[in-house]
Amino acid sequence: MTDVGLVAPSTQILAERRRFRVLRKLAAHRSFKIGLVLVTVLALCAIIGPMLTGTDPTAMSIRYRFKPPSARFPFGSDQYGRDILTRVLYGGRLSLGIGFSVALLSGVFGAMIGILAGYFRALDPYVMRLMDALMAFPAILLAIGIGAALGAQASSIVVALSVAYVPRTARIVRASVLVIREMEYLQAARVSGAGDAHIIVKHVLPNCLGPLIVQLTFIFAYAILAEATLSFLGIGPPPPAPSWGNIIAEGRDYSVEAWWVMLFPGLAVSLAALGMNLLGDGLRDVLDPRLKIET
Amino acid sequence: MFRTISVRLMQSIPVLLLVAVLSFILMHLLPGDPAVVIAGADATPAAVERIRRELGLDQSIWRQLLSWFLNLAQGKFGSSLMLNQTVLSAVGERLPVTLSLAALSLAIPLPIGIALGILAAYFRSSWIDAGVMAIALIGVSAPSFWIAIVSVILFSVKLGWVPSAGYAPLLTAGPGAWFASLIQPAMVLSLFQIGFLARMTRSAMLDVLEQDFIRTARAKGVSEWRTVGKHGFRNALVAVVTVSGIIVSLLIGGSVVVEQVFALPGIGRLVVQGIMARDYPLIQGTMLLFGFAFVLINVAVDIVYTLVDPRVRYD
Repeated sequence: MTDVGLVAPSTQILAERRRFRVLRKLAAHRSFKIGLVLVTVLALCAIIGPMLTGTDPTAMSIRYRFKPPSARFPFGSDQYGRDILTRVLYGGRLSLGIGFSVALLSGVFGAMIGILAGYFRALDPYVMRLMDALMAFPAILLAIGIGAALGAQASSIVVALSVAYVPRTARIVRASVLVIREMEYLQAARVSGAGDAHIIVKHVLPNCLGPLIVQLTFIFAYAILAEATLSFLGIGPPPPAPSWGNIIAEGRDYSVEAWWVMLFPGLAVSLAALGMNLLGDGLRDVLDPRLKIET
Repeated sequence: MFRTISVRLMQSIPVLLLVAVLSFILMHLLPGDPAVVIAGADATPAAVERIRRELGLDQSIWRQLLSWFLNLAQGKFGSSLMLNQTVLSAVGERLPVTLSLAALSLAIPLPIGIALGILAAYFRSSWIDAGVMAIALIGVSAPSFWIAIVSVILFSVKLGWVPSAGYAPLLTAGPGAWFASLIQPAMVLSLFQIGFLARMTRSAMLDVLEQDFIRTARAKGVSEWRTVGKHGFRNALVAVVTVSGIIVSLLIGGSVVVEQVFALPGIGRLVVQGIMARDYPLIQGTMLLFGFAFVLINVAVDIVYTLVDPRVRYD
């Protein structure tokens, strides 16, 4: 017998064990699993789906106007005889793409601003007052205003929604940074001569990643809903290129006679938001049990 | 108390000033020349120039910002271009609609959402919990305008229970018609709020129910109803009050969309019309009023917070 058990595991092994513990907890979390499956299926549909149907999402045909769901048109067809299933699949690329870009952009800028404010305390009051002022405008109104200013296209939606969600992300990151900067390991790093840049990249950023990721999954969900809403108000990606939002908007005028035109893209939006919310709930329980919902 | 209120009000002044600057910047981000829009397509360059001078758009941006603040100091929020009336009177006319909708959309989800959240937390991991959380998740995941359209098809077109659009004023049309015109939009708005509140209350209650004082209450024989209802809920209420700022923000944002679907002549619809018509002063003025209202409501929330939780102080 050797005394292996007495040897302390190296920090690298500890870090790895911790990572495995997080993964194991996530794998056991029911709503995380359901959310992961939902989001993966929807993403795969958006990526591969359009190749499988082999129809053009903008191909019109007067003969097939307003066909109810059938074998030929599983989700029915719209006022131009376009196949709704194909449009929903293509629309997913745009809608999920917008959601992802908004989460990414507000994550990057929110983290930068939150770390600046939390780490360099002299900047804090100025930066956070500006964030408070931005948050005073309801997110959707701010997005409508900016979206209208930049013109109706996918990229302006991304910018508009990111501006609306950056302050909310910055607040969460700042709150974590305020806790982290008082930690002993940070004092130790500073005493041993580490510079601000090193401390931020090696210690602060990794430690506020948990709450940040949780927040970004929820922002992804909000952004999908907001894209649909903005398109509905006429400030979304313009037709004929489909997005979930503008298919619903176009179907609204025929919603009584041809309910399928707006029903299926609406279900797609709801399922995508539901999937992201479930993922977020699971990540929150595992990564940051004390975090409260922030909108 | 007076001290708390005045401290909190003082703290909000810089944010209010920034809100005013931001609404000014937002208007200047909008593309196109307001003078051309107002003068119309057939106007002569001289006419456009005259309007530009009248609006002060020929001056430097700093001068314009200064006069924006000077006007605000005198209570002038500008005049709408498309309506031929001041922003304040336009907003004032539509305020009853938006306030009625907001009142109903708070009165419905607050008790329901909180009750569902408490139920889910108390019967944790049971089918009740699963069911409540499923409803709450659907509430926060389905886009409200889509729910609105589906609801109109079902309850107005197929069943004919409620009107599909339009607003009936409380005073002239009577409470019955008023309620009938608002109940559907309010229910649609409430769905998201119920989901949000139920999720929020559940996680707050889960924290509270694990505390020692709950165990103590049970151990000394306090009834289950009193333990959960009084000791538990009062502490969870703090968390609910904390998010009431978010709830108000969601309510304002949601009402913009719902007013649009149900053709309710409220402030949200006014702003959307203003943006579509490039009515710059109207957008600027209403955004500012929305921002001010939000900041002041948050001050009120913070003051209520000190009443609910005496440990919180602002100085």
